[in-house]
Amino acid sequence: MTDTLIDIALLAFLATTAIAIIKIRNLFVIIMLFGIFSLHTAALFVVMDAADVAFTEAAVGAGISTVLMLATLALTKDHEEKKPAHHARIPLLVVLITGSALVYGTYDIPSFGDPYSPAHQYVKPHYIEHSIEDTGVANVVTAVLASYRGYDTLGEVTVIFTAGIGVMLLIGGRLRGRDKKEDEE
Amino acid sequence: MKHNLILRVIVKFLFPVIALFAFYVLFHGDIGPGGGFQAGVILSVAFIFYALVFGLETTEQVLPPHVLRILASTGILIYIGTGVVTMLMGGNFLDYDLLSQNPVEGQHIGIIVIELGIGITVSAVMLMIFYAFASRGRP
Repeated sequence: MTDTLIDIALLAFLATTAIAIIKIRNLFVIIMLFGIFSLHTAALFVVMDAADVAFTEAAVGAGISTVLMLATLALTKDHEEKKPAHHARIPLLVVLITGSALVYGTYDIPSFGDPYSPAHQYVKPHYIEHSIEDTGVANVVTAVLASYRGYDTLGEVTVIFTAGIGVMLLIGGRLRGRDKKEDEE
Repeated sequence: MKHNLILRVIVKFLFPVIALFAFYVLFHGDIGPGGGFQAGVILSVAFIFYALVFGLETTEQVLPPHVLRILASTGILIYIGTGVVTMLMGGNFLDYDLLSQNPVEGQHIGIIVIELGIGITVSAVMLMIFYAFASRGRP
């Protein structure tokens, strides 16, 4: 009962934040609201007992991305150029149709925590029953992430590494050699 | 923000606390929630916090950009290296069982080592991206 109430309150906050993000034109305020949105999402994950995911969401979504967006904002203006004049009827229609299709799709999703859903039938029982004797690690999430699914995690780290290299190549280009030359000139 | 006394004092006080929490999250990830990704992000946040108050130049003196590039690749090399070591010991790639006499202990060592690699790469990459954006605005 308490969980349901907390869920409803958090989802209401989420919806309010989302609507505010759409309405407000000041980019600085929007970035702050993005942070609040992430924090609410993290709180929802905590309610769903997904502490690891909540942790990541709070650190990355509410923390780092806010800072990075602020750093980007410092390079541009903090207001949108002007309010779009046209009424977005066709996009609204597309969004409504897609949204209702997605809501329709949720009826086939197994209910939250259903032990007979396909995701809980395949390898998950094995992980939960054997992770301690296989790896000696108490946190099943860590055992899955680092041991059972070590290849996937290696892929994730490579993705982050590639993203860093991409950003550096695109906008980071302050090489030491070039700086020295400029100083000499 | 360079002349704000309160912020400067708070940063000096909070920096070690945030860094310590990052290491706690990293090496405690096998028992509680957390792990390399979160720890890396938290550690980079400590440096970003420092850079926001003391300026990017001061932070670059502590942690130059070229060190970050080396660290980012070191982390991923630690990860792949663990896999290669297990291969050299006659197992499969990332088969931690062989890292110690006792397979369970080997798993534990393997997990901590690759989490360390993840943490190093993630924090270095996050700081690299922050440096790239923050140094853009300089004349």
